[in-house]
Amino acid sequence: MTTNDKHNKTDKFKKFTRKNFLETAASAAGFMLTGCKFDSSLEELFRQKFRTLSEAEKKEIIDRLEKKYSKKYGKKFKVSRKEPIEGTLFGYALDLSRCIGCRRCVYACVKENNQSRKPQIHWIQVLQMEDEKGTDLFHSDVHYNPPKVPEEGHFYMPVACQQCRNPQCTTVCPVKATWQEPDGIVVVDYNWCIGCRNCMAACPYGARHFNWGEPHIPQDEINPNTHYLGNRPRMKGVVEKCTFCIQRVRIGKYPSCVEICPVGARKFGNLLDPESEIRYILKNKRVFVLKEELNTQPKFYYFFGI
Amino acid sequence: MTKKSKFIYLTIIIFFTAAAIAGLKHKRKKILRKRSSKKSIEIPVKAPPFSEGIYPCSECHDDLEVNYKRRKLVDEHDNIVLKHDEKNRWCLDCHSAAKRNWLHLAGGKLVSFKESYKLCGQCHGPKLRDWKRGVHGKRTGYWNGKKKYLLCVHCHNPHDPKFKPLKPLPPPVRQENIK
Repeated sequence: MTTNDKHNKTDKFKKFTRKNFLETAASAAGFMLTGCKFDSSLEELFRQKFRTLSEAEKKEIIDRLEKKYSKKYGKKFKVSRKEPIEGTLFGYALDLSRCIGCRRCVYACVKENNQSRKPQIHWIQVLQMEDEKGTDLFHSDVHYNPPKVPEEGHFYMPVACQQCRNPQCTTVCPVKATWQEPDGIVVVDYNWCIGCRNCMAACPYGARHFNWGEPHIPQDEINPNTHYLGNRPRMKGVVEKCTFCIQRVRIGKYPSCVEICPVGARKFGNLLDPESEIRYILKNKRVFVLKEELNTQPKFYYFFGI
Repeated sequence: MTKKSKFIYLTIIIFFTAAAIAGLKHKRKKILRKRSSKKSIEIPVKAPPFSEGIYPCSECHDDLEVNYKRRKLVDEHDNIVLKHDEKNRWCLDCHSAAKRNWLHLAGGKLVSFKESYKLCGQCHGPKLRDWKRGVHGKRTGYWNGKKKYLLCVHCHNPHDPKFKPLKPLPPPVRQENIK
């Protein structure tokens, strides 16, 4: 018997909710149909919010996921559920006078975070801007493709999730499947997301992406080091977004876009640490945030380092 | 209560209050100290390799007499085209003539190839300052611990420092073509 079942048994009479009822009914049906306990897909269907699960339940779910992914992709998977490091608030800065628009970050992100190759999902959009127009989002081009970059008279502005302090995507979610973690990362519980895409409409940066089809990732390109709230394989019908590489930054590593950038335009660090690179930038460079007037208060800063 | 015992009580109260305040302050200091990361450890990435067969310089130059005359090199090193304030400088402004395997600063101080950033920093002071704090250039590793940093010459050819254009990776599929 799973801990989930035990939990339901003891709690059943205390909170007899529709969800509990359905769960018990489904487990009973599963028992009758298959002659064994809870089928894993049924478990997925009736899984509670990740945040409300007990430690034992989390562990059980993660063990099952690791087995499932390992079997599906033929590699040993690790699904972490590492909690935030105490005393951290992550911030990001991007030097627009360095960026040359080579899109190395876009594909490093796709690879690290197991984004679907077909249908294609990119968490980072690199916008080409004209020098004369400045940071004019309306006239920017994301499909530029010259033989060499940077192109004369242009500069480049990569945009992904701005990790707002005041994230509107989380307030509009009708099921609270997305929230801001204590270290400032906005995450999605893919199993709780109902795919209504309200968050996509609320995000002023186009940073959220929807799995319109069953995501496809070649077996040899899958990254098996994952986090439950980050880059574990997603399913059709859920929304996903940049998490500052939660699986990397919570163990102290830099996000993979920072490490790949050939010009060193991307900077990352702890906003609460006065000695960090990011705090040095905030203190010594003139920074700006995108769409400041919307009061989303991003933790993603742009600056011209020249 | 006598005057004397009042005085004793007052002293005790003051003493304990002072101790409590000091204790709190100490605790706060401790928290602050804990928050700022431990001194991060920075490790240089190995200096980029020289062109083949070119180092150590002394191998050839020890037998050659130093010619201080500014000129276009023809017999050797003719592949180097200086595009770095070339009107005002030439080889021996950075390469030492006295000690061939070394570089030298404007004041004559010798600098090894491993510390070439000191030479760059003579003119590019603000860049050197940013680089030392990890803001210019690239660092890899751990944001809260060990990190590797690149030298100026990893990304900038000292003879032609402008970063070379790259071929961009493919653009995203247009929305109407996503299947």
